[in-house]
Amino acid sequence: MTVHKRSRIGGTALAAAAALLLAACSSSGGGSGSATASGAASGASATSGSAAGALPSLKGKHLTVLAEWTGTEQTDFQAVLSSFEKQTGASVSYQSGGSNTGTVLQTKIAGGAPPDVALLPEPGLITTLAQQGAIKPLSAAIQQEVAADYGPGWESMGTVGGKLYSVVYKASDKTTFWYNTAEFNQAGITPPSNWTQFLADCQTLSDAGITPVSVGGSDGWTLADWFQNIYLSEAGPAMYNKLAHHQIPWTSPSVIKALTTFGQLLGNQKYLVGGDAGALQTSFNNSVTQTFTTPPKAAMVFEGDFSATQITSTTKAKIGTDAKFFPFPGPATSSGASGGSSGFVQVAGDMATALNTDPATMELIQYLASPAADAIWAHEGGYLTPNKLVPLSDYPDATTQQEAQMLISAGTNVDFSLDDLSPAAFGGTVGAGYWKDMQDFLKDPANVEGTAKQLEADASKVTWSS
Amino acid sequence: MDTPAAAAPGPGEPPDSPVPGRQPGSAASATPTEPAVTEPARTGPAPTGPAGPGKAGSSRPKPDQPRPSRPKPGRLRPAKLRPSSQGALHIPLRVRFGFLTPAVVILLAIIGWPILFSIWLSLRNADGSSFVGLHNYVSIFTDPSTLTALRNNVIWLVTAPTLACALGLVFAVLAERVKWSTAFKIVIFMPMAISFLAAGVIFELVYQADPNIGVANAVVVGVHDVFAPASHYPNAQPRSTLGYRSDKAGYTSPDSYTAGSVATVPLTGYSVLDLPKSAAQAVTAKPVPGEITGTVWLDLVYGGGGSPGRIDPGKKGTPGITVDALSGTTVVAHATAGADGTFALSGLRPGTSYHLALPASDFSQPYAGLSWLGPDLVTPAIIVAYLWIWAGFAMVLIAAGLSGIPRELQEAAKVDGASDFQIFRKITIPLLAPVLLVVLVTLAINVLKIFDLVYIIAPGSTLPTANVLAVQMWSVSFGGAQNQGLGSAIGVFLYLLVLPAMYVNIRRIRRERRES
Repeated sequence: MTVHKRSRIGGTALAAAAALLLAACSSSGGGSGSATASGAASGASATSGSAAGALPSLKGKHLTVLAEWTGTEQTDFQAVLSSFEKQTGASVSYQSGGSNTGTVLQTKIAGGAPPDVALLPEPGLITTLAQQGAIKPLSAAIQQEVAADYGPGWESMGTVGGKLYSVVYKASDKTTFWYNTAEFNQAGITPPSNWTQFLADCQTLSDAGITPVSVGGSDGWTLADWFQNIYLSEAGPAMYNKLAHHQIPWTSPSVIKALTTFGQLLGNQKYLVGGDAGALQTSFNNSVTQTFTTPPKAAMVFEGDFSATQITSTTKAKIGTDAKFFPFPGPATSSGASGGSSGFVQVAGDMATALNTDPATMELIQYLASPAADAIWAHEGGYLTPNKLVPLSDYPDATTQQEAQMLISAGTNVDFSLDDLSPAAFGGTVGAGYWKDMQDFLKDPANVEGTAKQLEADASKVTWSS
Repeated sequence: MDTPAAAAPGPGEPPDSPVPGRQPGSAASATPTEPAVTEPARTGPAPTGPAGPGKAGSSRPKPDQPRPSRPKPGRLRPAKLRPSSQGALHIPLRVRFGFLTPAVVILLAIIGWPILFSIWLSLRNADGSSFVGLHNYVSIFTDPSTLTALRNNVIWLVTAPTLACALGLVFAVLAERVKWSTAFKIVIFMPMAISFLAAGVIFELVYQADPNIGVANAVVVGVHDVFAPASHYPNAQPRSTLGYRSDKAGYTSPDSYTAGSVATVPLTGYSVLDLPKSAAQAVTAKPVPGEITGTVWLDLVYGGGGSPGRIDPGKKGTPGITVDALSGTTVVAHATAGADGTFALSGLRPGTSYHLALPASDFSQPYAGLSWLGPDLVTPAIIVAYLWIWAGFAMVLIAAGLSGIPRELQEAAKVDGASDFQIFRKITIPLLAPVLLVVLVTLAINVLKIFDLVYIIAPGSTLPTANVLAVQMWSVSFGGAQNQGLGSAIGVFLYLLVLPAMYVNIRRIRRERRES
């Protein structure tokens, strides 16, 4: 509805002439000179039908995009969008929904004025919206682009009921475990490759007078990510997906086993900064900062690749020298070549969805799925994409390249964060449901059975989409 | 205020009107351009309407109909438009309703309709698709998290307004006694200038657990450490594989020693970087007849390595650590480790075996302060933040009330020999009662809808403990669950809770109006 359907130019020969005319009378300030040139150029290449790199002229089109990014991320994303504007002549306006993007989008849909493209971090919401018909299946061209650029795990992530509804634009690797290299050196240890060794390293660190792990338990989602990595590495992707859709109960033996494993760490007060009470008062931000500040309070902190932003912005530690990461340690028996130490990768990401079937909307999503759009932001840093066609050299440093490699080589062993897959009433509410139950578990790690029962009770309260 | 204005028109206004050109200032300059178009339109059938286009002088209003010709519509005061007893002014009903309409429409659209819509939503399910009757209201009283919120609202309602009022009273009375009362009042009132959100962020920092960040804990830890200094080797312990028994008193060695033997006490759990500068390379103690000698050292080298339990090169003594000789449970000898970690326990009976004990005072963890935002203290901590903001407000209102109290009463009481406290208790407080009631009721309404401070200060882990209804309303509606039915029910319930306070306020305003 927000796309103004003015004249759409199809013919190659007409394109240049019409673009000139339109540039003269166009009300959208897209920079007429360059827009004319690129409009003509893209019009010419559109006839060749190649999928990559060529964008048709969308002069006069107006698109609105909703996503969660603010601040630097917003600036970076707007650079991506303005490149699209330059190449197509369309004008794109960006709106940030902040951390409540899902709510903002639902309000806009209810109000009858949805944006054209929305980038959502919750696949659970995408499934719901797809079933309601609020978001539309993506075009065949985008499907080709995704099939060519992304691994099968990523493709199936965006599929609802056999149709592709979304494509991951910005991904984050939630299987990274950050450590303070100075602390590891003092204790004389190297990154652990499995959970048993991880616990042994914790003891070595503790003996050396270094608190091993910083846990940001004030935010429940960090604990959920911990549990999900343990569960994914122990039970495997198939069980993980069943649990994510509540096809198995939270009282199942696999959950009990993962909670028990998690309890081996949480149960030892000396392994956590400030013990359980201290961990519950520590936000994610502080948990990262206090691991790399001087003097450091812990040797290791687990969270996704985005921890790097927190490290560089709040401490003097340098990524790649003072702060490094190792893949989340899986069970000792399994051996995996890529991804986490048992071959899996837990991810999160912002997924582009279309709120209408207008060709301009589809063009924008296809552009976002293409390596050209990824490269722009990748250069700026703080960005990862699972797009195989984006060369690793586009990333600013070795650590980011390593993370990107993890995402690409994970293949099918890539699973979206379980709390994001769940209905928000269970897996996305501060102080309730999943997150609160994990915080209660941090308080009382011996209570494995009780925690599982409480999780199941909370999960049963909400409606799960199939 | 109304009454004199309404009575004024007949005799008060006209005199300046019949003299053209005499009016000073804006009135005179406005005359020539008198809005001929707007004026008649606004006043309807007012007789001066047709005279508008005439010359300035001739269009002057006649003495008996002054009001409709006021130069600017903005000056029209409703009070003056009331038909006087002489019937000098008559405004038709439809015009009056015409004036009322915009206000009524706006009120209905932005207040009336939302209330009705909320009530309607509160009777429906999470996404508003089906009717569920009073189910949502039942949930308020059965859902444990909403009940916690309700309980906290009661705590807030009972404590916060009363404390703010009491503090305001104390400050107001104190401010009367000091010379620099204006400065004092400004300082106390200053937090009102800060938004709740900013105040929340400030207090979130104040209550941080880390004494290096949170000023509250910095004070608590500072005071505590004056009376109970921190231990020398916090968290250190004998190497865990050696089987030292640990209890509240400290660590006891599994082996027993007799006079003349040499003991080794390897410690771990303490960073080699934190050792005191005096610490020197640990050495094995020499046996001395009649004494138990030994070494207590940090059994670690930087970068790992070394053999556990052995005094390798690079391992340093832990000077200052106390080592006791235990016979049964009584301490019979006492020694302190030197720079190289060696100690000697003397005065022992030969042939008797002793256990070594390391008192806990050497290893106790540094005092971490209070967990302000932990489950026990979070609500009181947030209430303190609230008082910081609102005590100034209470003080200003009460100080205004105080200045209105007739001094004679207090002076008379003083002459009669009443003490300061008696005067305060028996004269000042009763006379201030109406003001105190205003403050209490205003703060009560304010406290019932408290949201920002709780939402910002309480960390995610204790938000369920610190929950209040307004936060719960937001959480269930927008914080993930998207249950706007339950959220609306909580909103309506909150509205009902505010009604009694509003009733008290309205009744008071009515009475005041009547009295004046």
